[in-house]
Amino acid sequence: MNDDIKQGFEVKPLLEVRDLTKYFDVSKPWLTRILEKQPKQILKAVDGLSFEIGKGETFSLVGESGCGKSTIAKLVVGLQRPSNGEILFDGQDLNKAITSKDSNRIRRRWQMIFQDPFASLNPRWRVNDIISEPIRVFKLAKSKSEINDRVDKLLTQVGLSPADGNKFPHEFSGGQRQRISIARALSSEPEFLVCDEPTSALDVSVQAQILNLMKDLQRRLGLTYLFISHNLAVVYHVSDRIGVMYLGRLCEVATASDLFKNPQHPYTQLLLNTIPDMEMTGIKRDPVHGEVPNPIDPPSGCAFHPRCPLANDRCRKETPQLQKNAGSLIACHAVEEKRNV
Amino acid sequence: MIENQSSLAKINDLAFRIVDSDLFYSFSRNPIVVVSAVITFVFIIAATFAPWLAPHNPFDPASLDLMEASTPPVWLEDGMSKFMLGTDDQGRDILSTIMFGSRVSLIVGFSAVLFSVFVGVGSGLLAGYLGGWLDTVIMRLADVQLAIPAILIALMINGVVAILLPPQLQHEMAIYVLILAIGVSDWPRYARVTRGSVLVERNKEYVAAAQVIGVHPLFIMLRHVLPNIMGPVLVMATIGLALAIITEATLSFLGVGVPPTTPSLGTMIRVGNNYLFSGEWWITFFPCTALVTLVLAVNLMGDWLRDALNPKLR
Repeated sequence: MNDDIKQGFEVKPLLEVRDLTKYFDVSKPWLTRILEKQPKQILKAVDGLSFEIGKGETFSLVGESGCGKSTIAKLVVGLQRPSNGEILFDGQDLNKAITSKDSNRIRRRWQMIFQDPFASLNPRWRVNDIISEPIRVFKLAKSKSEINDRVDKLLTQVGLSPADGNKFPHEFSGGQRQRISIARALSSEPEFLVCDEPTSALDVSVQAQILNLMKDLQRRLGLTYLFISHNLAVVYHVSDRIGVMYLGRLCEVATASDLFKNPQHPYTQLLLNTIPDMEMTGIKRDPVHGEVPNPIDPPSGCAFHPRCPLANDRCRKETPQLQKNAGSLIACHAVEEKRNV
Repeated sequence: MIENQSSLAKINDLAFRIVDSDLFYSFSRNPIVVVSAVITFVFIIAATFAPWLAPHNPFDPASLDLMEASTPPVWLEDGMSKFMLGTDDQGRDILSTIMFGSRVSLIVGFSAVLFSVFVGVGSGLLAGYLGGWLDTVIMRLADVQLAIPAILIALMINGVVAILLPPQLQHEMAIYVLILAIGVSDWPRYARVTRGSVLVERNKEYVAAAQVIGVHPLFIMLRHVLPNIMGPVLVMATIGLALAIITEATLSFLGVGVPPTTPSLGTMIRVGNNYLFSGEWWITFFPCTALVTLVLAVNLMGDWLRDALNPKLR
């Protein structure tokens, strides 16, 4: 990683991701491939991505579906191994740390909140058991009564009642289940939470409750969030900094206010234009041209060039790198050459 | 005292939950299933307490009288009141023999199903959860076995194991060999159903949540995934019980099951078969009826369970 894209944290960042790549082999079975004389097919879900998250910060990743957001979430919590690149958690190589004998000590420092509250809680377990599982796995409590006390406290903390612990997940609504999910995530007293679209399966009114709960918990417990979403309004509400992703790469990283006030990358501008707005009522919009290309066979050069109004020959040949531009990081030749003004 | 009360309350609570459940409701609303359950229950009681309930002991050679052989049932001419359903060619009371015979059928049936559920669910769980080459090896093995009829596999295993055993042990071990043979012949069905369900559950987020905190894969398989796939397995096991009973009867009918001195339903049907054309129909008819009734009852219960546990049909 070059110094250009360091965001200049005074203290060491909690999470550092360097040149992260994740390739999936999606070829047909070996024999079929040989018979049909097809080459191997590699899906580049994440392709050389770097970012940092400071302590106590909320960093969001946004992008259309299929751009690799969820893969990053899985890589960062160790559910999947990267094909290349490094993930440093508090200065330690994450994938080395979780395979070491002492992995529990570092594992308990991060947790994940999932998208679908109906699939993320084991339907056969009581809420008590679901929430206390991390406590039991990491042996954070000495006795059964201590575990119960902690579970009761966690339930109260997320706005449920301790009596709810004896129920099964199907007795709760989506929003309540997401609260249980958050309580489980908090039970190992983590510093870092990876939230993979935590509100996209909820009603709008409930979304706000969950987001406010998360913000409140962040303030009280000093949590750090990696927040993944496709919903720009949600992202604007919670984030300190935002990374915009397109086809497994970052195209713009900026603070939330900069990004929404002054989007620089053509893709970010396109995304922001799609937000429904009262002032735009009745005004004809520029329709979004084109589709997200197939990540198995991405376009040459800048992956966005087929949809970009500013694309030229250089964009079609050369892949742009993240570069500092007016306080943000932009990966765009047009912005670099000031073709956009 | 307090302990006692709380355990009593727990039992009460459990009883209430059973009576209150959807399953019990659907059970009580379905007369065919209630009858099937009663029949199965009667069979189990009759078989379990056969030594006390049966009017005669067909294993006691001293009580047998060849003069009483081939006595017809009590309501026919020459029928004797002490032999309700008549006697077979050795003078053994048919009713008592059916009760003792159902014992073998039920023991072999239950044990064989337990064995194949254990092997099938275990291998299916490993194959589905771990995937990779282990999955390929286990499932291709299952496919190969599924290509051959289960009864042939059971016959082959039965034959091979019987030959390997020393002759003096053959009769003693016959029932265990039978359980092994039927159990092995049936595991691929369980393995396939289990693997299919595991593939669905494995990708749910609650499994990922356990993986994030580094729970051991074996623990995830047994405590997270297994309880969620037991529904279809339970249904298969119930239907598999009927199948296992039939397989046992078939093997005994063919003369390779339990030795002739141990009456099982299959052996009785085979023995009676020889006398069918000389007019002594009751020797084979009553064991056949017992077998058909038992298998039908178990099968109907399995069918009901499949529908009752299927959320789409509720």
